[in-house]
Amino acid sequence: MTTKSTTTLPEARYTFGGDEFLFVEISEEMSLEANFRAMLIGRGLAEKKLDGIIELCPANASLLVRFDPDVIAPNSLETIIRDIEEGVVHSDTTTLETRIVEVPVWYSDPFTAEVVERFREGYHQNPSGTDLDYAAAVNELESAEAFIEAHHSSPWLVTMVGFVAGLPFMYQLVDREHQLQVPKYLTPRTDTPKLTIGHGGCFCALYSVRGAGGYQMFGVAAAPIFDPQQQGPDFADFMIFFKPGDIVKFRSIEEAEYYEIQEQVEQGTFSFKQTPVTFDLKRALDEGSAYNNVLMEALNVD
Amino acid sequence: MSIEVLTPGLSTTVQDQGRFGYYNVGLPQGGSLDAYSSQAANMLVANTVDEAVLECAYMGSNLSFDAESVIAVTGAEVSITINGESAPMWETLTVPSGGTVEFGMMTQGARFYIAVHGGIDVPVVLGSRSTYPLGRLGGFDGRKLEAGDVLPVGPATADLNAVPQKSVPVEARPEFSKQQELRVLMGLYDFRLTDKGKRNLVEEEWSLTPVADRAGLRYKGPGVEWREREQPFGAGSDPSNIVDAGYSVGSIQIPGGTQPIILHRDAVSGGGYAMVGTVISADMDVVARATPGTVTRFVEVTMDEALAARKVYKEALASLWA
Repeated sequence: MTTKSTTTLPEARYTFGGDEFLFVEISEEMSLEANFRAMLIGRGLAEKKLDGIIELCPANASLLVRFDPDVIAPNSLETIIRDIEEGVVHSDTTTLETRIVEVPVWYSDPFTAEVVERFREGYHQNPSGTDLDYAAAVNELESAEAFIEAHHSSPWLVTMVGFVAGLPFMYQLVDREHQLQVPKYLTPRTDTPKLTIGHGGCFCALYSVRGAGGYQMFGVAAAPIFDPQQQGPDFADFMIFFKPGDIVKFRSIEEAEYYEIQEQVEQGTFSFKQTPVTFDLKRALDEGSAYNNVLMEALNVD
Repeated sequence: MSIEVLTPGLSTTVQDQGRFGYYNVGLPQGGSLDAYSSQAANMLVANTVDEAVLECAYMGSNLSFDAESVIAVTGAEVSITINGESAPMWETLTVPSGGTVEFGMMTQGARFYIAVHGGIDVPVVLGSRSTYPLGRLGGFDGRKLEAGDVLPVGPATADLNAVPQKSVPVEARPEFSKQQELRVLMGLYDFRLTDKGKRNLVEEEWSLTPVADRAGLRYKGPGVEWREREQPFGAGSDPSNIVDAGYSVGSIQIPGGTQPIILHRDAVSGGGYAMVGTVISADMDVVARATPGTVTRFVEVTMDEALAARKVYKEALASLWA
């Protein structure tokens, strides 16, 4: 990652979304530091267990809080969060207890390819090629294969969950020059296959359900991440698998393994390979890929 | 006791007052879009505020009742018949055993509500019976109603004699107008609009397009302008893009700068389009009553004005139940 171990973030910007929402923008730019700060402020606020907080949603580089203004006055809430921010800015907490999860992905799959073909002229920057070819070209990589390699060789941090039920937004743990960046479709599609691996700006999104979407499409994950029937072992406690702070390592699989996993999902025996890890922001920023190897090795220790 | 769906209507869903606490994982609040009308329907049949009702958009569902039932219909103006006999809106009604309730076309407003004494008794999912179709969750099988569906009716929670009022007085019924003023607290990313862009939004007239549902309502009008700038890292290339963030319910986004979209109670929980203001909580029911073509003005208010309006709205809700 960059040699700089700390980026100085600006003071957060506080602004109200009507009389029930307070939006705290940590930074207009995406960075690991901004995401980490949003998470820490969110945690600090959750720990206070204040009456009148209805929703607490940390996002990529911001935090959205829904509150009941009849219980807690808008300005009082702002003051409380500003105090928490002040504490977080001066705290030396750089670690997060979390987990690393391996997500098997069939890149260049036929499902997204079929949808890609249906949304070309008027939707896509390069109607004559695939999304993968386009993504490789704009990132100055020699081929779709090279893009796929870059996509799954370094892990990603779940920096936000939302849009639709249980959809994780992920930011890759590489420095800014190596971030994969791809524009969104010119105008959103009306269809995206379930479990599509999508990409827009610098974010990877794993579409939890089928529906509209504007991100470029590269492949499909083999196992569900949202299960309202709560059938698989990963969903015993909750129907949504991912939460902010999770670390994701994609593993490239081929057709045969994709269908094997589908079979296990069908039988209710599939569970994601995962292991608890301590994520250290400072090490991630200072040591870069060497630290990623430490994180990924944790997955291979049984 | 149950209700059979004879014809489904255009989009009829089971709704209560919403699902809270899961917005951080992308589940929208859902719930009745016109909460005031929905609460009035529950009040008229001696339910509590929490019972689930049916929300019909643009066209009603015809229903058959297998036992004598007490119902009420509120919201957008629609003609009702019970076994072919005309019946009024905003009143407590009795449907005989085996009776059929049918609806005509809506003449004003966009959605009406049908409450039944005991409530629509679909399973509670994550604290609510509201339907979330994208996730196939809540409501009846997680979807809008289809012909042949049989909806269970729950046990009554209160005696019918306890109905606070057997009809909602005319002056307490909402207005369903083709001209609306929606009060908006500006903020969020409004600084990214040019002065002219902002003036266009709050000083010009806009008109609701047919792209209007429980997730969002899209308006056409003079458009807005965004300030030229170098986009921040990760935000995307269009000046209306931001680093993906949480969306306030009621917030207004203007993708590309042409058509403002008001996000309503089934909207996505976040995304990458700049929000420039938010319709105040007291006016979200008003938005829900708009039909395509409604001439709309966005009126800028302060937080104090928003809170005062909220108080008036809450008092109106309370007086329904008094």
